[in-house]
Amino acid sequence: MFNYTFRWNQAFNALPRLLEGALVTLEIALLSMLIGIVIAILLTGCRLSGNRVLSAIARTWVEVARNTPALFQIYMAHFGLGAFGIHLSPYTSLLAGIAFNNAGYLAENFRGALKAIPDTQTRAGRSLGMPPIQAFRLIVMPQMLRIAFLPATNQMVWAILMTSLGVTVGMNTDLAGITQELNARSFRTFEFFAMAAVIYYLIAKAVTLAARALAWRMFRY
Amino acid sequence: MIEIQNVRKSFGQLEVLKGIDLTVNKGEVLTVIGGSGSGKSTLLTCINGLEPIDSGRILIDGTEVHAKSTDLNKLRRKVGIVFQQWNAFPHLTVVENVMLAPRKVLGLPKAEARAIAVKQLSHVGLGEKLDVYPSRLSGGQQQRMAIARALAMSPDYMLFDEVTSALDPQLVGEVLDTLRMLAREGMTMICVTHEMKFAREVSDRVAFFHQGVMMEIAPPAEFFGNPRAPELQKFLSATH
Repeated sequence: MFNYTFRWNQAFNALPRLLEGALVTLEIALLSMLIGIVIAILLTGCRLSGNRVLSAIARTWVEVARNTPALFQIYMAHFGLGAFGIHLSPYTSLLAGIAFNNAGYLAENFRGALKAIPDTQTRAGRSLGMPPIQAFRLIVMPQMLRIAFLPATNQMVWAILMTSLGVTVGMNTDLAGITQELNARSFRTFEFFAMAAVIYYLIAKAVTLAARALAWRMFRY
Repeated sequence: MIEIQNVRKSFGQLEVLKGIDLTVNKGEVLTVIGGSGSGKSTLLTCINGLEPIDSGRILIDGTEVHAKSTDLNKLRRKVGIVFQQWNAFPHLTVVENVMLAPRKVLGLPKAEARAIAVKQLSHVGLGEKLDVYPSRLSGGQQQRMAIARALAMSPDYMLFDEVTSALDPQLVGEVLDTLRMLAREGMTMICVTHEMKFAREVSDRVAFFHQGVMMEIAPPAEFFGNPRAPELQKFLSATH
């Protein structure tokens, strides 16, 4: 029946390695968010541009990113692109897959935030003599940021958790990859995965709390 | 001087301004009354170029508003407008709302822009509310802030588009008092309003719009005492 003996020593001894992996996890998540934000801004611009082709491309991106498994998106970046002679390393394909996913969700988030700001705000700015870009930058954008900020931090947490899918494409330097490798060598599955889960939890929680503190400081109204 | 010459404007099939001719002189207070859909609010947004016109001309101090060569952003500094919905910028404090355009549009240094903002806010009775966010203000206070925000650009002309229509009845008075004060100070103003008493008191002339046509324009005593157009007679008896 139950004959598994917990041995936490090995897991605790491996803690420095796990934390090294956690750093890589955080790095990929952060980079994927930065790339995702830049692409999401471009996608939002395309969708509002009124240009049919640009708008269709952007809409397709958002649809695919939001309605297919993140795992497949990472697979596609790693194995799928191989069919076209493009071979990405596990790190790059994981980063690309998550950035693709982030961009789709964030673009939808930005579009919603933009729609939430009434046109009359822009009108008020224009009537004070502001050119359209200035009215956008000074009046619409700061309000949009506030609306988009908390959903964007959710995406950041989601990005951190998505990095664990990297093991499926051979990623072995992030937290999930190192955990998997240690597990394969020791068969202390429960101990290593429980330890890794706690680390994921702490990183995600820290990001959420930091974001909340930041929001509290930035958005005083 | 604001000169409106045979201005026509349609939204799709609906012609909302059917050839308006009107001149507003420097220092004059003109109030415009009329039912909804009469075109009176549209006229205001055409005057400062927020809306294009289909034909005719609008000249402000000789500059044609809708000419391609006209720098509308520059022109709008001379023509302040306040809307029915006051449109406070929610992410900025009261003083920041008023400082924003002097700083960013006129390029004034922060201290100078703030001094102007403080002066205008005190002027409309909001000197105590400088550092609160608009969400903490009543509708009447937000509307007065919007007036101060427009005044901070030192405009030569002010357009008021039903500025009391969205306010609770007990808050209308404080906003009208602000408008009366501006009128006394000699500001050139066009006020679209439903406040007949106010129109009678402050106007040099009152205009009546009906279905896109200016049917009557006269000094208040004559306008209210001896209305000629049957539509105006009907409108006045309905609102009295």
